[in-house]
Parts: sequence; C-alpha cells; structure tokens
Amino acid sequence: MSSAHTKTEHGHTDHNYLNHGSGIWSWMTTLDHKRIGLMYFATVATLFLIGGFFALGIRLHLAKFGAEPLLDPDTYNKFMTFHGAIMVFMVIIPGIPAFLGNFVLPIQLGAKDVAFPRLNLASYYVFIAGALIAASSMVFNQVDTGWTFYTPYSTSKTSNGVILLVLGAFTMGFSSILTGLNFIVTTHKLRAPGMTMDRIPLMIWALYSTSIIQILATPILAITLLLIGAEKTLGVGIFDPDLGGDPVLFQHFFWFYSHPAVYIMILPAMGVISELITAFSKKTIFGYRAIAYSSVAIAAVSFLVWGHHMFVSGQSTLAGILFSLITMFVGVPTAIKLFNWISTMYRGTVTFDAPMLFALGFMFLFTIGGLTGVFLASTGMDVHFHDTYFVVAHFHYVMVGGTLMALMGGIFYWFPKMFGKMTSDLGGRISWVLIFTGFNVTFFPQFVLGAMGMPRRYFDYLPEYTNLNQISTIGSWLIGLGFLVGLITIIHGILKGEKASDNPWGAKTLEWQTSSPPPHENFTTTPTVTAGPYDFR
Amino acid sequence: MSWSSLIPATSFMPIQATEIAKEVDLLYAFLIIASLVSFVILIGGMTWFLIKFKRTSLDQKSAYITHNNFAEFLWSFIPLIIMMGIFYWGMVIFEKLRTPPEDIAAEIHVTAEQWAWTYRYANGKEFYSSANDPLIVPAGKATKLILTSKDVIHSFYVPAFRTKQDAVPGKLTQLWFEPKQAGEYIVFCTEYCGTKHSGMMIKIKAIPSEEYAAWYHAEKKGADSPADLGKTLFAQKACASCHSIDGSRIVGPTMKGLFGSGRKFADGSQAKADENYLRESILVSSAKIVEGYPPAMPVFQGSLSDEEVANLIEYIKSIK
Ligand code: HEM
Ligand SMILES: [Cu+2]
Repeated sequence: MSSAHTKTEHGHTDHNYLNHGSGIWSWMTTLDHKRIGLMYFATVATLFLIGGFFALGIRLHLAKFGAEPLLDPDTYNKFMTFHGAIMVFMVIIPGIPAFLGNFVLPIQLGAKDVAFPRLNLASYYVFIAGALIAASSMVFNQVDTGWTFYTPYSTSKTSNGVILLVLGAFTMGFSSILTGLNFIVTTHKLRAPGMTMDRIPLMIWALYSTSIIQILATPILAITLLLIGAEKTLGVGIFDPDLGGDPVLFQHFFWFYSHPAVYIMILPAMGVISELITAFSKKTIFGYRAIAYSSVAIAAVSFLVWGHHMFVSGQSTLAGILFSLITMFVGVPTAIKLFNWISTMYRGTVTFDAPMLFALGFMFLFTIGGLTGVFLASTGMDVHFHDTYFVVAHFHYVMVGGTLMALMGGIFYWFPKMFGKMTSDLGGRISWVLIFTGFNVTFFPQFVLGAMGMPRRYFDYLPEYTNLNQISTIGSWLIGLGFLVGLITIIHGILKGEKASDNPWGAKTLEWQTSSPPPHENFTTTPTVTAGPYDFR
Repeated sequence: MSWSSLIPATSFMPIQATEIAKEVDLLYAFLIIASLVSFVILIGGMTWFLIKFKRTSLDQKSAYITHNNFAEFLWSFIPLIIMMGIFYWGMVIFEKLRTPPEDIAAEIHVTAEQWAWTYRYANGKEFYSSANDPLIVPAGKATKLILTSKDVIHSFYVPAFRTKQDAVPGKLTQLWFEPKQAGEYIVFCTEYCGTKHSGMMIKIKAIPSEEYAAWYHAEKKGADSPADLGKTLFAQKACASCHSIDGSRIVGPTMKGLFGSGRKFADGSQAKADENYLRESILVSSAKIVEGYPPAMPVFQGSLSDEEVANLIEYIKSIK
C-alpha cells in the first residue's frame, strides 16, 4: 500500500488513486473506497454477463424457432433460476450502492474515505465468498426453484443445491448490511465542514435511505434463508405442512425482505437520476426536499406492503385489501419524484450526452413500470395478472428499465472521474439506442402475453402466444448487442479514451471539484461547503 | 357495447366467460386510459421541455427555480385521489371474486399434485385430469372449488374467468365462478411447481345445467373394471407426465403396445414385457432401465398395493 507517493504533492494531477500503489496485490488489499468500488464494478459486470447468458438462453428457448425445444424442462427451470438469482442478488442489489455508491459517496461528502475502510474491504470479500458459494450451486446439485425459493418445493421436492444457493445469498446479505452500515455512519460523521444534511446531494439521500432498508430488512432474509437450510437438513417443520409447518409463512418472511429489497434496487437508481438530470439540464434540482424526503418515505412504507405479492396465496381477503391500500401510498412519492425531475428540465439548458440519454430512458421505462405497478396493486385486477407475463414485464420495466438504465447512465457520467478519461460519446449513444429499443421490443409484448393469460416460469406455452414470444426474443438480442457495445465503449475508454478534465459536465457536486481521477485521499485540501449541492445560478 | 370496447388493449384479454370478467375488463380499460393519460402528461411534458429547452449555445443560462409549493401539492394530491379510486374499484371486484354466493350448484374438491389435478364431487364422483376428462361444471350456475395440494403449492388459474387461487398443501382454499355459457375453458397452473409446471393444464367444461344434473346423477359409466381403475390410478399417480399412451416419446417409454413387446436394457440384456416385468418396473423401476432412457422413475414400492399394481397392469395391457 504505502509507497513513495504517499506524501501528496499539491495540484499534481498525475498522482491519483489509480497509480497510488501498483500491482494486483495493492488492489486486493486496498482500503481506498474508490478502488473497492471499481472492484465491485468488475465483479458485478462479470456476474451480469453470466446472468445475461442465461437470459438469452431462456429467450432463445421460448422463441421455439427450431423444431426441437432448445432446452429440456429441467434445464429450462435451472436457467430461469440462475438468471433470476444472479440478476437480483448479485447484480441489481449490489450494483449501484456497492459500486457507484462506494466510489461516489465519500467524495460527494467531501470525506477522505468511508467511516470504516477495513470493513468496506471485508464487505467486498464477504460478497465474493457469497457469490462463490451461490455459484457452486450451478455446478453441484443445480437448483430449479426460481429465485423466490418457495416452500415446500424448495425444502422437500428439489435437490440440496438449494442449501448452497441460500447460503450464498445469506452470505451476500452480510456484505449488504455492512455496506449499509458504513454508508450511514459515513453520512453522519464525515461530511465536509458546511455540508449540513440539507446540503447533501440527492444521490446520498438515496443511498442513505437504501442503507436503512438494508440494515433493517436483510437480517429477516438471512433468518428465513437459514430456516430453509434448517428445514431441509434437519426437518424442523416450520414451513413443511407434512411436519405441521406453514408454507405461506415462508412467503410472508420472504417478501418481508424482498419487497423492501425492490427499493434497495430502485432507490439508488433514483439517486443517480437526480444527479444526471440536474447536471445535464444545468439547473438546480426542482424540489430538493420533496425528492429527499420521498426517498425516506418510500423506504419506510416499503416495509408495510409485502402482502401485495400474496393476493391469491390464501391470505385473508381483508389482508389483501389492506396491503393493496398501503401499496397505493407508495405510488405517491414515486409520482412526486417523476414530476420533480421533469420540472427540473423546465427552463433549463438541456444537453443530450450519453449519460443523459440513459436518464431519459430511465424516465420513459420507469414510468411504464410504475404505472403498470398500479394495475398490480389493485386487487381485483391483480388476481388476473398475478404470476403471468404481465408481472414479468412489469418488474423488468422497473428493474432493468429503471435500475439498469440508471446504472449505465451513472457509469458513463462518473467514468471521467473514475478513470480520468472520456468514453466515446458515439459508443455510448449507440449502446443506448440498442438497449432502449431492444428493451421495449423484448418486454412490451410480455404485457400483452400476460393480459392474454400466459403464466410465468413456463417452459412451454399455447400456440397463440408464439408470435409475441418470438418478437420478445428478437428484442433480447438487441439488448444483448447494446450491452456489448456499452462494454466495448467502456473498455475502449479505459484504454484509449481522451483525457478528461476535472469537471467535463460542468456539474456542481463535490466530486467534480477534485481532479480526475481523484488523488488517493480524494481532495488535496478539505473542501468547505457554502451552498446547496446544485447551485446553478 | 360499453365504452371499454373502444380500448383496443382490452381485446387482448381472454373471452369474458363470467360477469365478473366483464367488470375486471372495465377496470382494466380504465387503467389503460388513466395510464395513457399519465404517460402522455409525464413523458409528453418531458419531451416538450427537452425540445424547448435544449441548450443551443455554451453561455446559455438556466432559470433558477427551486420549488413551487402549489404545484407540488397538486401533483401529490391528485395522484393520491386517483389511486384511492383505483384501490376502491379493485377492492369491490376483489370482494366479489372472493365471496361465493349463497346458492352454489356444484361444490367440488380439487386436489393438486405434481403435475395433475383430481376432482371429487359431493356424491363421490371422482375424476383425474387429462385432456379428455375436463372438470365438468354447470353453466349459468355458481360452482365452488375447494382446493388443496398433495405436495407443493400450485395455483388454479382460469383466464376466461379472470380468477385464480393457490392450492396450498396442508390447507384448504376456495374459488368460485359462474360461467355464463356452456363451453370449454382452459385452466393453467400458475404457481411454479417443478419440471412439468407448464404442462399442468386442464379444461373446465361448462354444460347446460339440466345436462349437468343428469350427468351428475348418472351411474358412473362402465362398471369399475380393473383396467378402468388402473386408468384412474395411472392419471392419479401422474404416470402420464412421463409415459405417453399414444406412442410419442416423453421422459419415459410409451405405454402404447408395450405389453408383450421385446425390451432392451441399458446393461445390454433383453426381456419380453410380461406381467412380471411390468410389476417389477412399476414398483422398482431401477431394476431394469430401458436402453436410452434416464433412470428417472420414482420407486412405488410401499405406496401401491398389490391390487393397485394389478389394476395398472390391466390398464397397460389395454393400451394397444
Ligand atoms: C437481456 C435482458 C433480459 C432478458 C431477455 C430477460 C428475460 C427473462 C425471462 C424470459 C424471464 C423468465 C420469466 C418467467 O419464466 O417467469 C426472466 C425472469 C427474471 N428476470 Fe430477466 N431478463 C433480462 C434481464 C434481466 C435483468 C438485467 C434482471 C435484473 C434485475 C432480470 C431479472 C429477472 C428476474 C428477477 C426474473 C424472475 C425470475 C423468476 O421468476 O424466478 N432480468 N427474465
Ligand atoms: Cu403446479
């Protein structure tokens, strides 16, 4: 770690965190939040490619282009499970907080690092360990339960690979909790002089709300997953009706975590979008307080709505109605955010660089995802749509159209800060066009399939669903191509990109006040904050 | 014709075979319109701003606007009101879907298992799912299903009726519907239940209620011959999920023309399929694995009585 460079020379931009110590070992043992962020980037990107491989496999199978089915039913079910589990637990949940959050949060606060740098590195290795354990279930006793592990299928009717996958998710949960803890303490304790809580950037508000959910909800998942393991190995009889247990209890436990987890996935994305929209409209965010507090409100209400995944599970009609009512309340802070972002563009001066295109793509897709969420929140309507492709389309619009678009936008936005170089704007735009188009071609037909009644997790389907499935598959190739172009653009940027200035977008938050890439300790002199985060006067 | 038929998206919905289906579709049409309007306001507004406030020169200045209490109140309050309306509308339909009427014409126990459904009528009539044996219900009258499962969670979904209910092991749940007209309607399983989840399809056949009454009170057709009992058992034990009876190849060998044929096994040996062979193959299938098939069949030793095995053999013999 320590090297001849540690005595920082003022203003020398050729000294930065990337060349502060070299060799693989200096990365593996680094305590620098920026480097840890990049290590998450590499890890999550790799996992995304694997998850994407399974997605394309699923889609190719469902297109039924050949005379013979591409996959047999068991293999299909395993693909579906790997795809869902990887994308959820290893890509979307850690993606923005652990990668972008780690990189950006301390710099935006004007801090040298997170509050507990060692814990931060430990969280990374815990994540890796969890991912490896989970991945081993792809090799030994493959799992076919779907990422939701519903009992008693998971406990009594399928292979012991479930134990590995569940143990992996359990382990990764620790990483999530520790990162959340680190962010909360950092936000409270390490803000630069003058940075009051109402001057922290919205990205931080989003990460902060997310961290609260991570700390409160993840332990529930951890316990539930342990119970599955215990049920399977010891037969304790909590979920298994043959032993006097209750399978629906599992769903309550599972969604009590996994519903808030949906917000672990989307809140950080909303943070990124807030940053991008102001920066590329060159205008103060509209309704800073409303956006900040609506993040916290969403985090709070997210704990009370889990039962909307269970309208037809056999829970009481009254419970269904109450969950529906509370779910509607989540729609309001979400709508507030959309209106605020759009108002931010009003009388701004908007430019359309690649990051902004992703932000606009987010707005478009997330609006569709959000509106269709209202369909599902309405009990009488959801009975028809539950567990059909309508749901598949809805959550992809939110999770991929929302979170993943924001993640891409965030990557292109902070890229110059990370690597001190620019990505090709053309590359970013082409990638955007392909992903955006492909996305709609893939997932919009699935709303129609759902309305027609096609259930999800189906290896085979009625002939009348064929055309729409084939369109959907063609779209998935466009998405794949789009991400490929994105990846090439990023790698090209790292290797051959033009040198970036300290503040190429003319943004106002603190990370743009330091050099690109930042020095090892983020700032050569501690910044003092005198105004709100988006002061474009 | 109601206004909702003007919304093309509702045409993707399955046929409306119940009154409630119509009501659901009305809400659906409303949601589509409300969503389109919201979408146009949001994304249309955004697009307009993007065009109008596109930056044209480097030194252009943005306005400095931080918030507007009135606007913010409006766009929190109006969505809240609309969503409360949608909640209420959905709730009214939901309660109808969930509350069976007093006068139930047919009450049927439906038991799910991997990957089949069993129906048991009040008078002891019993059926097992197969393409040829749909669930028979009276048209124009209310039917109530009492659902449970033998193994994992399944879900009984009738798109044409816009209704769905999980079948949970160790529990009884219920579902009711009133098909307006005679006809056949598809039923899907919508809770993931393993390998043949997507194959777990049956049909509901609604027949005119006089016809139903006659059918219901009629003697079970054909006495319960061993082959008939075996046929029942064949469906009940889900043998059909791996063995076809029409000669096509699925997971295991077809039953068609099996009896009396010569079999070749994975270890190279051969035998003729006689009663003894069938018996052994049913109880402990791993004893002799037919060449080219996986050793996938469960052991039925202990779970089938000798009489049941005999019935099964008789049935297999009858599949020529
Ligand atoms: C090329 C892009 C993608 C394609 C073509 C695709 C396709 C699919 C398909 C066909 C299913 C199976 C639906 C079913 O049978 O029920 C599925 C499930 C799922 N996907 Fe994706 N997907 C893509 C990207 C993503 C991403 C990036 C995520 C991460 C959030 C994601 C999350 C999920 C989840 C959570 C499920 C549910 C799995 C389950 O029901 O067990 N997908 N996807
Ligand atoms: Cu099923």
